[in-house]
Amino acid sequence: MIAETGHFALILALGVALAQMIMPIWGAQRGNHALMRIGTTAAQAQFGLLLIAFFGLMVAYVTSDFSLLNVVENSHSAKPLLYKISGVWGNHEGSMLLWVLILALFGCAVAVFGRNLPPDLKANVLGVQGSISVAFLFFIVTTSNPFTRISPAPFEGRGLNPILQDPALSFHPPFLYAGYVGFSMAFSFAIAALITGRIDPAWARWVRPWTLAAWMFLTLGIAMGSWWAYYELGWGGWWFWDPVENASFMPWLAGTALLHSAIVMEKRDALKVWTILLAIIAFSLSLMGTFLVRSGVLTSVHAFAVDPERGFFILGIMMVFIGGALALFASRAQVLRQGGIFAPVSREGALVLNNLLITTACAAVFIGTLYPLALEAVTGAKISVGPPFFNLTFGPLMIPLLIAVPFGPFLAWKRGDLLGTSQRLLAAMAVTGVAIIAAYAISGRGPWLAPFGIGLGVWVIAGALSELAFRTKMFKAPWDEVFRRFRNLPRSSYGTAFAHIGVGVMVLGIVATTAWQSEKIIALKPGESTQIAGYELRFGGVAPAQGPNYREQIGQVIVTRDGVEVTRLSPSKRLYDAPKTATTEAGIHASWFGDLYVVLGDELKDGGFAIRMYFNPLVRFIWIGTLIMFFGGLISLFDRRLRVGAPKRAASTSAAPAPAE
Amino acid sequence: MSMTRKQRRSILIGMCLAVLGLAVGLIMFALEDSIVFFYSPSDVAEKNIRPGQRIRLGGLVAEGSVKRGENTTVSFAVTDTAETIPVTFTGVLPDLFREGQGVVTEGKLRGDGVFVADNVLAKHDENYMPPEVADSLRKQGVWRGEGDAKKTN
Repeated sequence: MIAETGHFALILALGVALAQMIMPIWGAQRGNHALMRIGTTAAQAQFGLLLIAFFGLMVAYVTSDFSLLNVVENSHSAKPLLYKISGVWGNHEGSMLLWVLILALFGCAVAVFGRNLPPDLKANVLGVQGSISVAFLFFIVTTSNPFTRISPAPFEGRGLNPILQDPALSFHPPFLYAGYVGFSMAFSFAIAALITGRIDPAWARWVRPWTLAAWMFLTLGIAMGSWWAYYELGWGGWWFWDPVENASFMPWLAGTALLHSAIVMEKRDALKVWTILLAIIAFSLSLMGTFLVRSGVLTSVHAFAVDPERGFFILGIMMVFIGGALALFASRAQVLRQGGIFAPVSREGALVLNNLLITTACAAVFIGTLYPLALEAVTGAKISVGPPFFNLTFGPLMIPLLIAVPFGPFLAWKRGDLLGTSQRLLAAMAVTGVAIIAAYAISGRGPWLAPFGIGLGVWVIAGALSELAFRTKMFKAPWDEVFRRFRNLPRSSYGTAFAHIGVGVMVLGIVATTAWQSEKIIALKPGESTQIAGYELRFGGVAPAQGPNYREQIGQVIVTRDGVEVTRLSPSKRLYDAPKTATTEAGIHASWFGDLYVVLGDELKDGGFAIRMYFNPLVRFIWIGTLIMFFGGLISLFDRRLRVGAPKRAASTSAAPAPAE
Repeated sequence: MSMTRKQRRSILIGMCLAVLGLAVGLIMFALEDSIVFFYSPSDVAEKNIRPGQRIRLGGLVAEGSVKRGENTTVSFAVTDTAETIPVTFTGVLPDLFREGQGVVTEGKLRGDGVFVADNVLAKHDENYMPPEVADSLRKQGVWRGEGDAKKTN
């Protein structure tokens, strides 16, 4: 019964979305406020209905209702509760339902919190959101219905792929989708602006919180995916430049560029056309990510179903929205008058450089991801574009970007002073120099470029701290004034500083792990020992154990350093009951200096086991860095200026380097 | 140093062109240098792949071919039923590596015709057949479908 309710709510939501697509835009054209207000009501109703549908499916999963085909194929009664719940989106149909649910949530949020938006802008935004909902709801109802019944109902389900039965991965899709779908807000605002032909700094202030929220979710979602790949796949790596990873990374890059260009638009009324285009690109890349991952074009853990019909459907949706948006952009962009002018060396100039490097890097990732698909379609040759391609193209583009980051926030709007800025960054330069020499002295081996990479990370961190110190007159003014300035500094300044510090911390982790990782593969019999990175590992043998829905072989490894026991690791191999699948669970000892990572391999013919071990220096800095970036975004989100709905249509062009509110 | 609008714009455009030029150069260089072609055992036999060229070799792990050598070295054969190529690999095999199952290996051919793999690609689930392998098996007319693959467990 609950499944029928869910199914009914889903179809009803499609009808409501249709009304939301047509009425408000029509009303906005005719200046009819009653029609425009339908959008507000419809957006809330649509969200309510999809919530009912989603909970209907969730109840079916939690109660193991095997009369639903979707539950049979992806669940099992013996599965822990957490994975029964996450199983709802651990499959194609359920994950698409989650996609539209989040889409409707964003639309509903605009309807509820967007009271201060001009009525016609709000109506157009809700209309565009409605049209995206219509497309995806139609897709779900016609090709991917999660509520399909099966008769007779089997007694047991087939289970969820065990590799997906993991806490971090349970919440990876919702965050990732919140990011993808969040960019639909920037897209809808951009289309609405093109329709109305009106765009000004206030527009940028309305768009920014949504973009920022989407960016934060995407940051966290990607970080969770990377973290999961690190400890679950047992390959010792944290990023593989896999097409599916790239599919989420490209919208993130475009979104990062958009966040920065929107600042210029808000403060200086410049870069309008570019910002609108970026908003369209960011969501287009999100759609492309959905297409690549869901169509089965790429085969991976994410491709739940290889179904050409679904692939073509999403491709169609993608072409209509991207093509339509770009056509509208081409025909209307000249209406958007360009605003303030600026010198090449200025805050605007620095942000343009940021955008240039990030979008170019994004294009490199795009080419590397799609080139194999294009080549196969044209010539039939099968190639793989692996990490070397991306390291060679993406890496060099990031170096000038990271060098430039600390300069940006110091430069004044309109015309900056490069010499003065450099003087203010002298302390940061000194710290960076010391860091490079220290890294060189400590490492003693590895690529000669690596200490400079460490220097880049330190430079970005030190630059962000210098900026805070400069704005608060630290070491120059009496302490009570410094404290007063700290309190009065706008939250967005803290947000910028934290986000940049996060980038620096992440760079440290990436460089250290890439350059100085130790790897060792060895055959060990019980009682034998080996060494890696100053640790001594004694293999104690393997013991069988029984988990809730798997059997496992647990290896015992005693780790000592200088004769003192550090930890005992238990790397294991699991064999799940349903579906019958083997997985590897790495034994990881984490410390500030790095992770000791041990994987249990196959049993060998002489009674020994293949053991693979890594020492990953500073690897946790990668995820700590992304967390700091996330918090930077969070702080910025609560800036008074950006509070949703707060901005008035009075353009503020104040460009004081140290604003005190 | 005040500049005209035109000068500012040309500096901006110059900067864009410089970055784009750099990127295009890097991409061309990297595409030339770091892509890896996928071949089936029949392709390797026909196309005369020169030793030392980095390729991916995919097919089925031949029944009865897996032999453990010294330490963690394993030798096996990859087949598409028409041709069979011997492979040697030192390291830890992925969880789902089994005889009769699809596999993708990456490495270089040695002069004596043995493929030295430094990477054996894991698949994430039981039913998964790497698409390249499925395609080349289909070409040989021996695609066995998912149901059969399951029974080998």
